[in-house]
Amino acid sequence: MSETTGERRYAISLTVNGTVREATVPARRLLSDCLRHELGLTGTHVGCEHGVCGCCTVLLDGEPVRSCLTFAVTVDGREITTVEGLAGPGGELSPVQRAFTECHALQCGFCTPGFLCTVTALLRDNPAPTEDEVLEGISGNLCRCTGYQNIVKAVHRAAELTAEAEGGAA
Amino acid sequence: MTTKLFGERVQRREDPRLITGQGRYLDDLGQDALAAAFVRSPHAHARIRDIDVSAAVDVEGLVAVYTWEDLPERVRDPLPLLIPHPALTHGRTAYPLARDIVRHVGEPVVMVVARDRYLAEDAASLITVDYELLKPVVGVEEAAQGVHLVHEDVPGNVGAHMIQEVPSAAGLGAREAIDAAPHTLAFRLDIERSASMPLEGRGVYARWDADDRSLRVYSSTQTSTSVRMAVAAKLGLPLPSVEVIAPDVGGGFGVKIVHPWPEEVLVPWAAMLLGREVKWTEDRREHFVSSAHERGQVQHVRVGFDDEGRVLGLDVTILHDHGAYTPYGIIVPIITSTQLLGPYRIGAYRVEFSSIYTNTVQVTPYRGAGRPQATFCMERTMDKIAAHLGKDRAAVREANFIHPDEFPYDQGLIFQDGRPLIYDSGDYPESLRVLKGLIGWDGFAEQKERAAAEGRRIGIGLGCYVEGTGVGPYEGGHVQVTSDGRVHVSTGLTSQGQGHETVFAQIAATELGVPLDRVSVVTGDTRRFGYAVGTFASRAAVMSGNAIALACRKVREKALGIAADALEADPRDLTIEDGEVRVAGNPGASIPLATVAVLSNPLRYAFDEEAKRATQFSGAASMDRPPVAEGEEPGLEGRDYYSPVRSTFASGMHAAIVETDPETAEIRILRYAVVHDCGRLINPMIVEGQIHGGVAQGVGGALYERMAYDEHGQLLNASFMDFLMPYATEVPLIETAHLETPSPLNPLGIKGAGEAGVIPVSAVIASAIEDAEGIAVDRMPISPSELHDLRSRAGS
Ligand code: FES
Ligand code: FES
Repeated sequence: MSETTGERRYAISLTVNGTVREATVPARRLLSDCLRHELGLTGTHVGCEHGVCGCCTVLLDGEPVRSCLTFAVTVDGREITTVEGLAGPGGELSPVQRAFTECHALQCGFCTPGFLCTVTALLRDNPAPTEDEVLEGISGNLCRCTGYQNIVKAVHRAAELTAEAEGGAA
Repeated sequence: MTTKLFGERVQRREDPRLITGQGRYLDDLGQDALAAAFVRSPHAHARIRDIDVSAAVDVEGLVAVYTWEDLPERVRDPLPLLIPHPALTHGRTAYPLARDIVRHVGEPVVMVVARDRYLAEDAASLITVDYELLKPVVGVEEAAQGVHLVHEDVPGNVGAHMIQEVPSAAGLGAREAIDAAPHTLAFRLDIERSASMPLEGRGVYARWDADDRSLRVYSSTQTSTSVRMAVAAKLGLPLPSVEVIAPDVGGGFGVKIVHPWPEEVLVPWAAMLLGREVKWTEDRREHFVSSAHERGQVQHVRVGFDDEGRVLGLDVTILHDHGAYTPYGIIVPIITSTQLLGPYRIGAYRVEFSSIYTNTVQVTPYRGAGRPQATFCMERTMDKIAAHLGKDRAAVREANFIHPDEFPYDQGLIFQDGRPLIYDSGDYPESLRVLKGLIGWDGFAEQKERAAAEGRRIGIGLGCYVEGTGVGPYEGGHVQVTSDGRVHVSTGLTSQGQGHETVFAQIAATELGVPLDRVSVVTGDTRRFGYAVGTFASRAAVMSGNAIALACRKVREKALGIAADALEADPRDLTIEDGEVRVAGNPGASIPLATVAVLSNPLRYAFDEEAKRATQFSGAASMDRPPVAEGEEPGLEGRDYYSPVRSTFASGMHAAIVETDPETAEIRILRYAVVHDCGRLINPMIVEGQIHGGVAQGVGGALYERMAYDEHGQLLNASFMDFLMPYATEVPLIETAHLETPSPLNPLGIKGAGEAGVIPVSAVIASAIEDAEGIAVDRMPISPSELHDLRSRAGS
């Protein structure tokens, strides 16, 4: 596929959801497109391609980034977690995923992968956020369906589930 | 154990795939498909002099470039006018690719197909189109003057003109009734444009199977059956050779009911012509400038009323801006003009609208579909009456309510389905009572005083609406129980996040007495169900929900008949629970539905152990009648349709408390309360979710969202950076109470809920701001700077 274009391509290697993945991409290929179309990980969605909606949020070395504002070649060698990588190795849902379904925090589900990644990082850094911290934490993600109320509820619930799991483990 | 799932807060069955990244949205499909991109008009009104594609042909990976000239018969014709109406005397639709004239920024001019989207856009950017600029017509009032024309053959830019009039009981016309009334008021109310703005844009992906001569199209649509008919007709294919599937759809809110979009015709056509898979995924800017908008209306009101605030006459004149084309007809202004009456008994009513062309994106329904404008109009009128008489705003509404003993109530108008506007049921006084309690209406005056003492400005507002839901003509459902005991439900209408798989499964599980996890539901796939209308007008639960219930009842009856034979019992003594047919009062006598399914299909060949029961030497069959009795069909399945005589009418009332900053004019919603009545609830969790989402869109429409066109017809805010949709920080906590007034019109007693949340929000917020500020708010949305201007003008 690549030989016929005049465009120069670069070999990159990314650790995606714990697995090393190789791709050969032109310099301008967005990380969102690379994940979706080169690597077939279509769970990461694209809602605006200009950095506002947050649908394309993935975790880059653990930190939420907008994959539509990131060139794939710039993250060569880095570690990425997408929505496909949030569940445990045996497929058991993460507390954030469980809370989202329990609280009806999604309707069409298009914004959901971005929210799940954002909230995963948020709760890792702040396991018991206040209402204002939750609002602040998700205020970079748009959802056109839910009105956010149940998303906010789900973030608190996820915090609770995580605390329970940790309490149980201790 | 219990299979009574109707009415329960059942968790969604859609979620497991959507929270793990396993959803299948349009752009997730067809990874190897060629990509299409479009050259779109940068001008609002221009004549195409020349198109030069020569620079594009050298782009590596380019496969094809098409202009209107390249399109064959039928494909090149104007797109269909979906909803003709006698009042739409000058309906016009676009060509799939512009022919000679472009009439709005964003109109498609050239289609490019290439190996991937990057290359398709490279090629598109090298195509030059030479335009001769024409005078753009922007702004509905300017357009209505008819000085410059959007379509040369549409005088005055008037697409449609319509009047409906209902005289008073005494036979007075509205104008006479107003003139004779003790009090009269006249004013103007404006609402600006917004748009559905689903987070997933439109998209279409087509595969032509040359061996089979068949076409499969995936589209992010609200109506796959109708897209199928349109594509088959445009491409001259036999209907059975075309299948259309709506995969997971990332929100619709109205815009995706429009069809066929230019891309829905062109992408399948190119796939067929090239013998290759072709896909087009809309980007955000394209969605802003080439899909559809709604809401923009100017409304002039005259009202006459008595000392109690009872409306004796109401005369409304509407200027509706429908943009450059009218593929969806005049549904939006028809809905405004008929739903304007809300929960009220109005003395005499006259409504007149003109639907006007402008050089802007076309207007088609966006959630609420003309009702937010209608409610803004009626509820602002109620507030003005209250202010004029010095009466409580809630009391004025109460004085005008239709009472519960007056149903069915005929408003004397013709609704959007061409049928009489007759309300089926409701309890408006009770709704208001609950709402007042929820928001603390009666104690608010003190609260306001206390706030004022602290230098704060707060205000309270309310708004009531009635929403015609569940419009026909029909939907169908098919239910099949297979020999493994699973229940397969399908219906033709589509889903965009409403949770149909869940609620339809709840209905089927309840009707058939099977556990929920045995039921699977497919929507929007013409391979499974070919007859359908689509998802709009809060109709899915009413239409498909009832059709599925009726289909289940057929299956149930058949199952009981077969089981009665097998158990040698009277069918009337049988029940189905937990997937087993049981004889009442005889715990030992039962037969699993799975076995009934086996027995329902007399077999010659035993394909597995279980199937042996149904073969000819099993001894199960009676020798006195044919294996498939007359009038029967093999298999445990049923199909039925629900076609209502007219719409059901849901209703609701919202109230809000807002605070306005005396310095910055910032507007904050402190509390938001909703009372909602959509008849019997299938799943309260899902209904509340629909309300939350609707209110959030309403808040967007009230405070933030507008389409900023300049005088050249350029949309200045065509990105999420500039078109402000609410984030979590902008949406208040929504307190919800349900009322359940069942609809007498359908077997399940349900009414629709999808659009309700958005309808009264602009009216409610305007009412609350007006209460806080003491300044009339007649135009929405309202920004802090606009409030600031209002203050300056009022000298406060
Ligand atoms: S798609 Fe990346 S922020 Fe919208
Ligand atoms: S669930 Fe549809 S956009 Fe959030």
